[in-house]
Formats: sequence, structure tokens, C-alpha cells
Amino acid sequence: MRAPRPVRPPRTPYPGLRSSRPGAAGSTALRMPAAGRGQADPGPPRQREPRQPRRLPPHSAASPAAARPAALALVILLSFASRFHRLAEPPHVCWDETHFGKMGSYYINRTFFFDVHPPLGKMLIGLAGYLSGYDGTFPFQKPGDRYEQHNYVGMRGFCAFLGSCLVPLVYLTVLELSKSLPAALLTAFLLIFDTGCITLSQYILLDPILMFFLMGAVLSMVKCNSCADRPFSASWWFWMSLTGVSLAGAMGVKFVGLFVVLLVGLNTMHDLWDLLGNLSLSLVMFGKHLLARVLCLILLPVALYTAVFAVHFTVLNKSGPGDGFFSSAFQSQLIGNNLHNISVPEHLAYGSVVTMKNLRMAGGYLHSHWHLYPEGVGARQQQVTAYLHKDLNNFWIIKKHDSDTDLSDPSIPVEFLRHGDIIRLEHKETSRNLHSHQHEAPLTRKHFQVTAYGINGTGDSNDFWRIEVVGRKAEKLIRVLRSQVRLTHVATGCILGSSGKILPKWGWEQLEVTCTPYLKETPNSLWNFEDHINPKLPNISLDVLKPSFAEILLESHMVMIQGNTALKPKDNEVTSKPWHWPINYQGLRFSGVNETDYRVYLLGNPVIWWLNLITIGLYLLITVSTAVALKRGVQLTSELKELSRVVLRGGGQIMLGWLLHYLPFFMMGRVLYFHHYFPAMLFSSMLTGITWDTLLKFFAGFWTPSTTARKVYGAGFLALVLLIIYSFYLFHPLSYGIVGPMASDPSSPMAGLRWMDSWEF
Amino acid sequence: MLGFLKEPVIVNVEINMNIMVLSLMGLISRLWGLSYPRAVVFDEVYYGQFVSLYMKRIFFVDDSGPPFGHMLLALGGYLGGFDGNFLWNRIGAEYSMNVPVWSLRLLPALAGALCVPLAYQILVELQFSHCAALGAALLILLENSLITQSRFMLLESILIFFILLAVLSYLKFYNLQKHSSFSGSWWFWLLLTGVACSCAVGVKYMGLFTYILLLTIAGLHFWHVIGDQNLSNVSLMCHFLARGLALIVIPVAMYVSFFYVHLTLLYRSGPHDQIMTSAFQASLEGGLARITQGQPLEVAYGSQITLRNVLGKPMQCWLHSHTNTYPIRYENGRGSSHQQQVTCYPFKDVNNWWIVKDPGMQQLVVSNPPRPVRHGDIVQLVHGITTRYLNTHDVAAPVSPHSQEVSCYIDYNISMPAQNLWRVEIVNRESDTDVWKTILSEVRFVHVNTSAVLKLSGASLPEWGYRQLEVVGEKLSKGYHQSMVWNVEEHRYGKSLEQKEREVELHSPTQMDISKNLSFMAKFTELQWKILTLKNEDTEHKYSSSALDWITMDTNIAYWLHPTSTAQIHLLGNVVTWASANVAALIYMCLSLWYLIRRRRKIYDIPEDAWQLWVSAGGICVGGWAVNYLPFFGMEKTLFLYHYLPALTFQILLIPIVLQHIRDHLCRSVLLKSMFTALIVAWFSSVYFVYCAFSPVTYGEPSLSVTELKDLRWKDSWNILIRKQ
Repeated sequence: MRAPRPVRPPRTPYPGLRSSRPGAAGSTALRMPAAGRGQADPGPPRQREPRQPRRLPPHSAASPAAARPAALALVILLSFASRFHRLAEPPHVCWDETHFGKMGSYYINRTFFFDVHPPLGKMLIGLAGYLSGYDGTFPFQKPGDRYEQHNYVGMRGFCAFLGSCLVPLVYLTVLELSKSLPAALLTAFLLIFDTGCITLSQYILLDPILMFFLMGAVLSMVKCNSCADRPFSASWWFWMSLTGVSLAGAMGVKFVGLFVVLLVGLNTMHDLWDLLGNLSLSLVMFGKHLLARVLCLILLPVALYTAVFAVHFTVLNKSGPGDGFFSSAFQSQLIGNNLHNISVPEHLAYGSVVTMKNLRMAGGYLHSHWHLYPEGVGARQQQVTAYLHKDLNNFWIIKKHDSDTDLSDPSIPVEFLRHGDIIRLEHKETSRNLHSHQHEAPLTRKHFQVTAYGINGTGDSNDFWRIEVVGRKAEKLIRVLRSQVRLTHVATGCILGSSGKILPKWGWEQLEVTCTPYLKETPNSLWNFEDHINPKLPNISLDVLKPSFAEILLESHMVMIQGNTALKPKDNEVTSKPWHWPINYQGLRFSGVNETDYRVYLLGNPVIWWLNLITIGLYLLITVSTAVALKRGVQLTSELKELSRVVLRGGGQIMLGWLLHYLPFFMMGRVLYFHHYFPAMLFSSMLTGITWDTLLKFFAGFWTPSTTARKVYGAGFLALVLLIIYSFYLFHPLSYGIVGPMASDPSSPMAGLRWMDSWEF
Repeated sequence: MLGFLKEPVIVNVEINMNIMVLSLMGLISRLWGLSYPRAVVFDEVYYGQFVSLYMKRIFFVDDSGPPFGHMLLALGGYLGGFDGNFLWNRIGAEYSMNVPVWSLRLLPALAGALCVPLAYQILVELQFSHCAALGAALLILLENSLITQSRFMLLESILIFFILLAVLSYLKFYNLQKHSSFSGSWWFWLLLTGVACSCAVGVKYMGLFTYILLLTIAGLHFWHVIGDQNLSNVSLMCHFLARGLALIVIPVAMYVSFFYVHLTLLYRSGPHDQIMTSAFQASLEGGLARITQGQPLEVAYGSQITLRNVLGKPMQCWLHSHTNTYPIRYENGRGSSHQQQVTCYPFKDVNNWWIVKDPGMQQLVVSNPPRPVRHGDIVQLVHGITTRYLNTHDVAAPVSPHSQEVSCYIDYNISMPAQNLWRVEIVNRESDTDVWKTILSEVRFVHVNTSAVLKLSGASLPEWGYRQLEVVGEKLSKGYHQSMVWNVEEHRYGKSLEQKEREVELHSPTQMDISKNLSFMAKFTELQWKILTLKNEDTEHKYSSSALDWITMDTNIAYWLHPTSTAQIHLLGNVVTWASANVAALIYMCLSLWYLIRRRRKIYDIPEDAWQLWVSAGGICVGGWAVNYLPFFGMEKTLFLYHYLPALTFQILLIPIVLQHIRDHLCRSVLLKSMFTALIVAWFSSVYFVYCAFSPVTYGEPSLSVTELKDLRWKDSWNILIRKQ
């Protein structure tokens, strides 16, 4: 059971630091109760001791009113200076700019594309490019392409701007959590002088945008918590809705934003639980609290997130490289797609020429071509595959299984295809029939091989397939696009499906098509008819198929999730492992490999990163010992109580953030990169600021005269800051570009700094 | 002298008849007709081969889990005098006379039978009434799926037994904690918790979930102990150390000891050797050891060696070359150097031999004394049969064009000079002056001119390369990957000066002295690593299911079908029990949430001690269900219904808990109470009825008629085998 909420102390800028404590007892931090536990209250005798008011940290001693804006201004200045320095260098495409720059161009050109991340980040990049006069004509083909006359600085500048704003956000968050200016300054310096953060902010990437929204959400959450004593005030509403807006932003840039949603969600649940336990609050008031949170933290972000997608689909209305990933119905919405504004006959009939699309996400069309399966792979007959692109070889003719009359003859009456009919599918280009037999499939060994067999439509009884509509049994006719059908092989009873595995070179790296003997109903074994040509039938317009916005939204998410899980590392590929990241084991080459190149290498400032790593261990140690001490009933002085509150409450929130942004990567199967750690690194840096500030205050407490204590504290703080700045001086070429020999050469600017063999500069 | 006769001899024996009767019923239900059917049933075909290998002491690797479970099964075979001679090739194959079917199936059946009294005792320790405890035991007793799974040579029943044992001993320990810390029985139950946990983990990695759950609960309980201010700091420390010892140190030690026994028992080389490193293979009797026994240890200039790629995927292979050259143009029009092919070849061959040469000297023999090659030395590698030098250059490799081609250099006089210097980097070196050792050293070859690393690309070459594996020079070598590391497998000091003699020498087997033995820890870490990382091809199975199907039992598994009659065995649960367990879990969660919120508002519906019981029972049962079930949603392996059984066991234990709670606290009037009791009795008889209805497919006899079988198909998704007439 939780203790009732403590009454908040009056809001002073530094409540913890103002307090005084008895000088005699000041040298021992934790005071154990004496053997007899009756005297747990040592209050009265102590009060008679002379009080020595002491202000520990030097910064807070200076007039806080003046120090705060000045410090903030300094932080902003340094942050912008470090991020905008040499922004235009190198004037060629660096690393993933090739993707995100290209996608920005797509927005400007309004062509539809597909990416595994939600659209907000790329939309903002596109917008920044548009506003700064970039015309969307640069192809962004591969890293290293020179920009020439194209205006790219606008897009980079936008990312750098958000990257610079990140630092003040972090600064304000720490200030709010710890109420200590030095802790906030220390955190800000850690981020300003981290080469990794600088590099990541200087290019056209999603990460600065993501981190900006992420920190925005954390800051507003923390601010909102501080407003808890004045619920429903204007600032309370402001910060809470700002949290919601930032959450939508973070989710809209990358799915990694989900972690910060979790963080805010946990915080809100904790908050509500506290309110519920507050018996002075009526249930009606509690309901109001609950509603306000549902409104600001669920409905508002969902609405914004949906709006982002609405804009995305409205802007991108031309056919582009992403079409094939989406269903036929969706494609009919895109200008320039061959399904756009066309009209086709609705019901399938014998003699119709059709294409069949697998219902698996990104499934491909049933396809065949003149090439045979190579020797040793089943029977040496013509290949049947699934192919993602539109092609003449995707066309099949529906024929009766028992007669081979020419159905295009206008004198023959139209006969519609019905559920349960037995048909033959003839490949239009090669005039062979879709065929299966009990040979094992090329990749999925337990399935049967599917081939195209026969000459000019004459085959054998293994060419017969039963066509069945799935779902609506009552519907007898088969409709184009809308009917989901299953093709059962009559002779063996297996079902035509696509396994989604990629065939080797001989199959032109198209997808495998098999006949599966397992009768499970999965999208792998379902198909729909997409194109449909039959001159004898009346056409209907496809606009009736127009999917609703909700359907589009759902489908695009399914495709994105599928795309994300499909990013699997190959077998012999060296990949980055999550445990590499906090130890700064290996960076990423942004630009340049050889000695003559202008080289940029994404690597954290090792001094800062290793300090962060040590601090996590230190923090755990401090937390465990403090928690155990409190549980054992050790009496703390008021000052230490304040310190432990900062460490346990503030630090705890940050620690939770770090864990939420780091641990899930261990369970991810997809390809991981070093830069995935940066959101977690922000939390880690905040933790460092808070922990070291607390530690310094704690140890400075051992020196008795307050002036010495203040000096010790100041010296420690200064040493840390100088260490950070000096290490930045050593490693700054990583971000701002290295020209000249590799680090192994003594004449290199980085000579002697390759502290780990795995660093590649 | 005969004074003792004056007093009557009194022996007080306390026998809990409940437990005795339950155990007896458990034994009857699980052991009845155990050796029927006398044929391979379902996964016996899989576990049986390991039992055979144990009997023959042949080494194997099974990626499905640690070896303790296999060893227990093998123990049954050992006790029954099984000689291991049976071909485990298909389900349904008749057992030959030398297979002791009864004793092979005995241990799992015993474990399954003992789960019944364990369930009883767990509820007693959770401080629920004997009626509730009896109910739980009977539900476990009458659960068809648990019976089926216990009656064959399978591991789930053993796993469930150890899981329940661990939970029971922890509860016993916790209840003793309150009044008699550090007493004998306190220690006994604490240690038994650790031992049972490690056995559970040793049988299947699934046991880890319950282990973690118990650790968490123990941690929470210890947190309360910390808060107990009557305890001195010293005794607190003792409590902490005792728990650490029993719950962490001992389980880890036991786990390692399973592997120790496993590796001691299996000392002969066998079918899975090639998965392991050369050093490991050499430690087994027969196989590679026969070849490498007595090789010289240190590789010297002039040594004749074969180089094995450490990765061993897609198959083990050795660096190889042959007289054929790369085609001048590939199919896609790219050009090659047209020099001699270098590949990786999965079979032993005389063309796998290479000679280590000092670039500064001409001779290809080992000097006396031999000059060993050290880390960082520059060498040339000469192909033994063709005497061409291993070479790489800035030409795209045939299949992986991002990497450099590796060839044996042929001088065509076309201003493409030989680049055949390689730096030897020993990856697992202890110091920078380490000597390159046979088998033990893992070596990278770094090309001196281009700093490319010799690597197995994993792709295989087309027809012109005889489908051998491609070897490339990887220029952008990012860190360590096993495909770039090689070790010397066969090795001898070359003595022949002439090429003709050398060819004869290469064809002759290696000889000579020293043998190498791997330490147990090295073998253990390697085997453990292989078990964890070995991935079988994603296989699709007719009866595989997804985790979501399990709650509602939408799927079954056909275990066995009589070759002629319709008798068959299925893994099918007791429908009523499964449904009630789900309802119980749902009620538990809703009620808990309700109580929790009300308590937060200081409204106490039930007495405090009843609340504590409710919470701790839920922590074990709902927690046990969740940790054994939810992780399957994130798993990518092929899943079967039997994976759900541990979770189901916990869920079943929850039914009587919820029932008793409702009866005691929610039925306010006597009338309601008696009505509820009547309802429970009715429900129990339906459980018994369903058990009886499904027992023909649980025990495999009697065989049912087609209509009876069709009547048993209660759900459309069940696959009951009906022969076509």
C-alpha cells in the first residue's frame, strides 16, 4: 500500500539545496539508528545544535534568477554552433541520405513510394526541401553522388535545427527533474560535445527528427508532472497536450517512437494510481483526470497520427515505385497506375485473360516464363514463380478442364465461372498449363513443385484445379479483385500458394510458388484476380472498389510491419549487435573509405560514452544501496532525503526510459545499426548528469566548512566539463571530416586515437 | 533386561491417505498398459535416436534443449537393458524385441503420475482447503492431454514434474520461513527448490520461465525480509547468502554438471561431429582424432596443412584449389582474371593441402629445427598439388561482386602482378607473439597489399566451379565473423624437396606424436553455444499450430494410428477442463482488478489474510500460466500444442482456487453456498464424462467405429483420422 501523497514543499528553485543541516552530524551521511530502536526520532536533541546554513553548489549560490537564462542561452548557442558548423560538407550524398533524401524528393514530385517507417519524418524533410528551394530533381542514387547545383543545405539545415533544439530540451528536462542547474549543464555539455550526436544531426536523416519529438514528449511529461499540484490549470493542459502532440510526432517518424509512448503510458498509469489512492479526491474528480488523459494522451495523438497518414496519401497520388507492395484495390487510387480509372468486367467467365495476385503482403503475381527448372530441382519443366512487377508473363487464360474450344469465338455464349468449378489455367505467352505433381518444391521441400506443362494447351489430368471462393460460400460467381480464391489441385489435393522465399539465380530471384499439402488457411495460399480482359463482358468502373481510409491505414501498417520483419540479416553478414552499442564498439561510415576521401565516421565521443556506461553501473549501485537503507529504516538528513528523492524518482524515470529504448533491441530479429542506440544514449546522458551531480554533492558533504565543500563540488564539476571538452577537441574530426591518411599513420589527424581495433578511421 | 517388554511398543505413523490414494490413481492412469502400442509413437522417433546414441556412447548435438531430459530417457533404456539397436526412422514402426518399451516409457509416466499428488500438496501449501486441493489433483488426474503426453517417451511430463516440484518446495520453504529459519527442513526445501529448478531447465529450456518466476517471487519475499527490522544485519546477510547459494549457485553448478555427465558418457565420434570445431572433434574417439592424433602442434615454415573454415555453415569445408580456372567471362558478362579457382570444398581431398612458405626463402620443407610461424608474420600459401600461390587482387569475385576474387596466381604476362603475401593474425591469441598452433589457433589471413581478409562468402559457385563454395577477399571487413576465420586441421612437416616426392607425401596419411585434450569448460562452452545458435531449417509440420490456437484447443496432434484398425492416439485435452481453466483465469483477473481498485479507495471486501492468500495463489498460478505461455508469441520456431501443457497445468491449479474463493467470500447465504456446491459436483461429473469419452483416443484402445470417431470430432478443426472405405 502506498503512503498518501506527501504535501509538496513550497516551490523554491532549489528546495534540496536551500535546506540546512546540523554541522556536527554532517560528516556521516547515513545515520543508523542506535541499537535501541525506540529512539527513532532523534529530532529534539538535534534541534538544539547550532545550525549552520550551508549552500553547497557554487552555481546555485550565484543569483539563480540571472544564472538560468544565461545558462540556457549558452547551451542554445553552443548547441547551434556545434551542429551548424561545416553543415554543407561533404557536398555529396552521405549514407542513408540516399534513402531519406530520395523520399523527400518523392513528396515534392508526389510519386507514391513505400518505406518501412511512418511518413512524418520524410514529409518534413520534403517540406523543408520544398521551402528551401530544392526542386526534387536530384536522383539520390547512391552514397557519394555529388549534389552539384542542387540545393541540399535546406534539408540538412532543417535536420540540424531539430538536432540543436534537442540539447535545450534535454537541459530543461534535467533541470526540472533534479532542480539542479549544474546537473542540467553537465547533461547539456555531454550532448553538445558528443561527436555521435553532432554527426547524426548534420545529415538528411530521420534520427534528429525522431529524437526531437521524443525529447519533446519527455520534457512535456516531466513538466506536466511538476504541474500536478495545480491540475486543470492552463499550463497543465498545455504540457499534457504537448506530450500528446510529441508522442504522435515520435510515432509518426519511426516505430521506435513506441518506446516513448510506453514510457509516457507507464508514467500516466502511475500517476492515475496515485490519484486513485488519494481519498480526498472524489471519484468524479478522478474521472475528470482520467478523461483528460484519455483525451490528451490517446485521442489527440491518434488523431494527429492518422492525420499524418491522411496527408501522406493525399500528397502522394501518382504511381511510383511503391505500388507493387499494395493490394490491387489500393493501386486503383494512384494516377498513372494501370488500375487507375480503368473499368473491367466484374465476373469471371471461361475465356477470360487474368492476372492473379497472391494475398500475402507483398505477394506477387502468378508468373511463368520460357525457362525450365534446372536439373536436379524437381521435374525439368517450365518454371512457375511469383513476380512483384507487372509483366506480360503474368497473364493466364481460364479454360474448361475438359474441352479446348476457342472461347474467344463470339458465337459461343458466355459461361461464368462458379465456386467449385474445375478449371485449367493456361499461360498466355507460352500456352502451357499450370501443373503440379508429387515432386518436391525447389525450396520448401515438403511442398509439391508447380510447373507449366503441355504444349498449346494440351496437358494431362495434373493440370486440373478446383477454384473456390473463400469466406462467402453463398456467392457463386467469382468477382474480379474482390473475391479471394483458393486453387486446389484436383489430383493431389494440395493448394496453390507462394511461400515467399526467393529463388536462386536460375529462378531470376523471383518468389517460389508451391502447392502445399497442408490445408491451413493463410494468405500465402489465397489469390485474387487483378487484371481481367474479356471482350464479351460489359465493363464496370473500379471506383466502387475504392478502399476506405481506415482500410488503407491498416493495409499500409501491415505492409510496413512486414517490411520491417523482412529486414533480416543474411547468414554470413557481419551485423551490429545491441551489446556493441553502449561500449561504442563500432561506428558507421557516413562518407569516404580511402585515405584521399573526405571521411565522416559516426562514432560517439568515447570519453562521454564510457562515462555514461560507468554511470549506469554507479547509478544501480547507488539506487540499490539507498533503497535498502531506506527499507532498513535508516534515518536520513533532510538534505540526503532530497538527494535520494532526485536519484530514486527523477533518476528512476530516466533509467526506465533508457531501458525501454535499449532492451527491446535484444529481441528484434531485424538488421540493427549503431544509430539505433542514440535515443537510449540521450537518456543515458541525462542519467549521467543527475548521478554525478548527486555524487559530487554527497561527497562534498564530507568537507566540513561550507566554503571548502563548495570548492570541492565546483572542482569536481569543472574537471568533468573540462574532460568532456578536451575529449571533444581530440575527436571532433570524426564529425567535421577527416582528410588525410588513416589513423594508423602517425601523420594522420587521428593518430593515436584509434583506441579500439574495431574503429574504422 | 527385558524391561522394554513392560512398555508396549508404539509406532505412530502418519499417512495422508489423500496423497496415497491420489498417487495410486495417478500411477494407474499413467501406467495402465504402458507398453501398448508397441510401435514408435510421434516424437519417440526423435528422442529414441538420442537414447540409442547414449547406449552406444556416440556424441550428438540436439539443438532442442540441454541434455538432462535425454539422459533421463536414456536411463530408462539403460535400466531396461536396451542395446541401442533400433532404427528410428518413422512413426508407427513396430518395435523389435530388443527394445524395452515399458522401461523406456516408465520415467515419463512416473513423472506424470506424481504430478497428481504434487498438485494436491501445492494447494495445501497455498493454504487452501483439502477439498480444493483434492479438486486440483483430480482435474490433473483426469486431464487427457497430460495423460497422453506422460505415457510415451517424451519430455513434457518430466518438465512439468520438475516445475511443480520446484513450486511446491519453494512454498514449503516460504511457509517454514515464518517460524523456523535455518532449520533442517528449511534448508532441505530451499535446496530442493534450486535443484528442481535446474532439473527443469536441464530438461527443456522452457523450464527457464518458471525458474525466473520463482526467482522473482523469492526476490519480492526477500524484499519484505529486508524490511523486517527485528532482523540484525548479519542474519539478513545470512538469509541473502543462503538464497543466493541455493537459488543461483547450485542450479548453475547442476546445469553444468549435466553437461559434464553428457560429455563423459558420449566419447565416441558420431553423426554431428562436423558441427563442432576441429579441436572438439579431435577430442572424441574415432573420427577426426584418428587422423590428427600425433600431429606436430606448431605450424612452421614448410608445414603442409589443410585449412578448415571455422563457421561450419552451410557445411564444413576446407580451403581448396584445382587446376581449373575462372571462366574469362561470367554469364552476366563480367570478366574475371582467368586464374586458377580457389574454393572451399566440403570433402577431404588431396587438393585441400597447402604449404606455408616464407616469402624470403625458396624452399618448401621444414628446416631443422622448425621455425614456427607467429602472429603477425607474413607468409605465402602454396597449393600443394599445383604449386601455385594463393593470391587476391582488385577483381570482382564471381558470385559476390562486392568482394575481391581469390585465385591461385597464374602469370599471363599481362601486367597483373602476383599479390600473394598474407599476414597471419591469430584471433584467439593470448599474446602478440603467439605461435600458430594446429587445430587450436583460429587464424585470419589478411592480404598485405589490399588488406582484404580471406573469407567464405556462403554462396556456392555455378557449374564451372563444380558447385563448390565461393571464397573471397573481404575488403570492408567489419569486425569479427567466423566466416573469416580458419584453423589448421591436418598438419605435417613437409620433407620432400622435389614436387614428385611431395605429391606422394601429400597423398600419404599424417603420422607422428602429441595428442591434444580440450578442457571440460572449453567443450562445455562450445557445445552450449552450438545448442543455442544452431538453427534448423524452418520446417512446416502438419500438426504445427500457433500459440493462439492453444487456449481454445483449436488443434490436436495425431500421435499414432494402428496400422490396420481404427485405434489411434491423439493429443487432445479435456474440453471442459480447458474451458473452465480459461474462465477461472478470466474471473481471477477481473476480481483482482476489482479488489485492487476498491482497496485503493480503502474499501476492503474480503479480510486481509484472504486477500494475501488470493494474491500469492494468483502470483503462482496466473504467473506460471503467463510466463509459460506468453513468450511463445514472440518465438519464431515451429510450435505444437504440447508446448502449452506446462502453462495449462498452472491454469488448472487456478480452478479450485477461484471456486473456493467464490464459495467462501461471494456466496453470502447458506442456500447460495449449497447451490454452488451442487453446481461444482455437476461440473465435476461433466469433467469425468469428457475424460471417459475421450479416453479411447488417449489410451489408443479400444478402437472405435467410424461413426463413433466422427462423433468425437467436437470441433471442425480437429483432425481425427478416419480411413477411407
